[in-house]
Amino acid sequence: MSATSLLAERRGLLLASVWTALLLLSATAAADDHNPFANDPKAAKAGESEFRINCALCHGLGAHGGGRGPDLTRAQKKHVHSDAEMFQVISNGIPGTVMPANGTNGQGVGMTDEEIWQIITYIRSVEVKAPANAGGNATRGKQLFYGDANCSLCHMVEGKGGRVGPELTGVGGSRTRDAIIDSVRNPSRRLAWGLTESTKEFPQEYETITAATADGKEIKGVALNEDNFSVQIMDASENIFLLEKDKLRSFKKSRESMMPVYKPDLLSDKDLDDIVAYLISVGAK
Amino acid sequence: MTRHWKQALELRGDGVLLPSLVVLLFLGLFAIPTNAQITSERLLNSSKEPQNWLTYSGDYAGRRFSSLDQINIKNAHSLVAKWVYQTGATGKLESTPLVVDGILYDTAQDDRAFALDARTGRPIWMYQHQVPADIRPCCGHVNRGLAILGDKVFLGTLDAHVIALDTKTGNVIWDVVAAEYQKGYSFTVAPLAVKDLVVIGVSGGEYGVRGFIDAYDAATGARKWRFYTVPGPGEAGHESWEGDSWKIGGAPAWNTGTYDAATNQIFWPTGNPSPSNRGEGRAGDNLYSNSLLALNADTGKMNWYFQFTKHDEHDWDATQVPVMVDSGGKHLIAQANRNGFFYVLDRGTGKLISANAYGKITWSDSKDADGRPIANKEASPTLKGHTVCPGALGTTNFMAPSYNPQTALFYVTVRDQCDIFSTAPQPYEAGHAYYGSAYFPSEEAEPYRGFLKAIDPATGAIKWQFEHTSPTWSGVLSTSGGLVFTGDAEGNFIALDAASGKVLWHFQMGGAVYAAPMAFAVDGKEFVAIAAGSAVYTFGLP
Repeated sequence: MSATSLLAERRGLLLASVWTALLLLSATAAADDHNPFANDPKAAKAGESEFRINCALCHGLGAHGGGRGPDLTRAQKKHVHSDAEMFQVISNGIPGTVMPANGTNGQGVGMTDEEIWQIITYIRSVEVKAPANAGGNATRGKQLFYGDANCSLCHMVEGKGGRVGPELTGVGGSRTRDAIIDSVRNPSRRLAWGLTESTKEFPQEYETITAATADGKEIKGVALNEDNFSVQIMDASENIFLLEKDKLRSFKKSRESMMPVYKPDLLSDKDLDDIVAYLISVGAK
Repeated sequence: MTRHWKQALELRGDGVLLPSLVVLLFLGLFAIPTNAQITSERLLNSSKEPQNWLTYSGDYAGRRFSSLDQINIKNAHSLVAKWVYQTGATGKLESTPLVVDGILYDTAQDDRAFALDARTGRPIWMYQHQVPADIRPCCGHVNRGLAILGDKVFLGTLDAHVIALDTKTGNVIWDVVAAEYQKGYSFTVAPLAVKDLVVIGVSGGEYGVRGFIDAYDAATGARKWRFYTVPGPGEAGHESWEGDSWKIGGAPAWNTGTYDAATNQIFWPTGNPSPSNRGEGRAGDNLYSNSLLALNADTGKMNWYFQFTKHDEHDWDATQVPVMVDSGGKHLIAQANRNGFFYVLDRGTGKLISANAYGKITWSDSKDADGRPIANKEASPTLKGHTVCPGALGTTNFMAPSYNPQTALFYVTVRDQCDIFSTAPQPYEAGHAYYGSAYFPSEEAEPYRGFLKAIDPATGAIKWQFEHTSPTWSGVLSTSGGLVFTGDAEGNFIALDAASGKVLWHFQMGGAVYAAPMAFAVDGKEFVAIAAGSAVYTFGLP
């Protein structure tokens, strides 16, 4: 065999292996790209069970959103559009959020590809096609948020606003419209729930704290953090107080939110719709 | 030692043998503990060496009680941190250290084991098992500790090995595979050394395993007996399973049991039937899930059993440490069960003496003829979901309790929590999580609450309780110093008055507590140790 033909043969081998690798790659891509169960009601049913076991703790029974995860019945999702993107998100998680990668929650080896596709099929089967903002006027909502409705006195959106209440930039992308409306109309309802270990990586629950210091000073604010012996509070003027419980004259914790109850006479349905539309428009970014 | 003998013999000619022997014996008494091996007699008589902590629960009775009293209610306020050992692991540390003659042995996540100078926290050796990437743990890569016997410590691993390590080097002496981890079998439990055996129970109730308790020859690793917690065809109790459901019936045995030398019985608790929250397909009581088993230590044959929750549908493993309590001439065994009842049994016969709720429960309004709480029909999970208290995590869980014979009180970590239980039918597939269900925080229910409670085992009455800011996973230690020690979810280590529950001292460790405390002494100084975050902390007097 001449040197040239040896080289040619080697090239041939190299080309063949490149082709094999490319073929393998495209086959893998195809496996993650296409939902083999799209619109299959049986797969959706199996996916519902898998969803309850693996997803519902955060995303709620029926995928309507829960203590932490977004409402997945919404057709427009923040992080994903196609089934393939959804597959990637379930497989790999979303960095910087509490959405974990499949198989990384300390419980076993995670779901099979087939089970993930079944879950995606289920989620597609419960999606509501109607637009999430239900016709509110986001531009007017923004004016209200920062103006007459006084939301921004306590809440921050995209770096602007107050600090006493929860930051709301992401809320429109992660909560249902109903949940946002409910938390405006009944602000204490969610506080009464409490958070579980699995959903609290930082445990702020916005309980209302009323404390009297040894020198008789009254402090009222939201709990930033608390343990058996100390409490960190922010008052309505955004002052932070760091207190040791055994040095206080009195200490009271309540799950009545400091947020005013916005009944329709204080904030009309129309105004609230517009504010929700604004929050959803920000959350969808 | 040799040198002393030689000196003694040389001195013989001077006619001073007797005094030399006295000196020798005196030296010997001091020298023996530092190099002596842990014999089964020492394990049996652990109360004679309170400076050491020789088993997971500190003694065979499971009391997690230390008779050291140097640290006591008068001086606890002055406790200070003595040393901290960072394990370098991530995740939860659930283990209790052992201490033998100044050396502390402990484990951490991913099947690490290590020996430290108990005075300083400086490592003597470290071992890490090569854990495969595709293990099937239930709830984190955790381990709860070691057993010690002779010149070996014993480790159960996440890939279902049982390993004996040399106490002086951490070298592997033997390594046996108990089961196929690929099918969901694993070990997280601290084994129990009894006589010349190492007893260990398997985990895997989330994977449809068939549970077992094994005993290995401590010297060789040869398996001496296995008790399947789910009886096979022809065995008593097999009829309590529908069809072939026994093959994947669960009933793991993932927490350390206790040993009664008087009757040569091992008491070992078992966990949930599989799938954990769905009873359909496994009609029957599902023996011996959620039971306390009394096994002959030599043969593994069962003398009696008591099933706490029949046909469980709420994941209420009965794997809490069964604590031997002697009261009024009666030989009893007590368990604060995950289902919310505090049970007291006769440990000779397994007969139920009493069962009293010690936390918030809604699942049972009635008792059977033996006094055993029985489930309300409507407590079963439904497709739509149904709120039941306690929730799936239980009124207590793996948090080790303590019984103090001086106060005659049983101290236990309690959670008041309710969950919505919803079925989610799921086919069994080997090695895949198999719950058959889902559970969620209940919106209607009160926020979760957590307590340390002191229970009088004689009456079931709660003598005092300390409410935490949020529920904790910490276990409890009680001591002759009139103290109870526990940790909280926010990272505090806390000393309380054992009689009243009054907080006497606390220290912020900077990481949530999932482990249980223990006490030991070196050079006549008492220490208290606990793991928090990824580190082991010890405390003592200034």
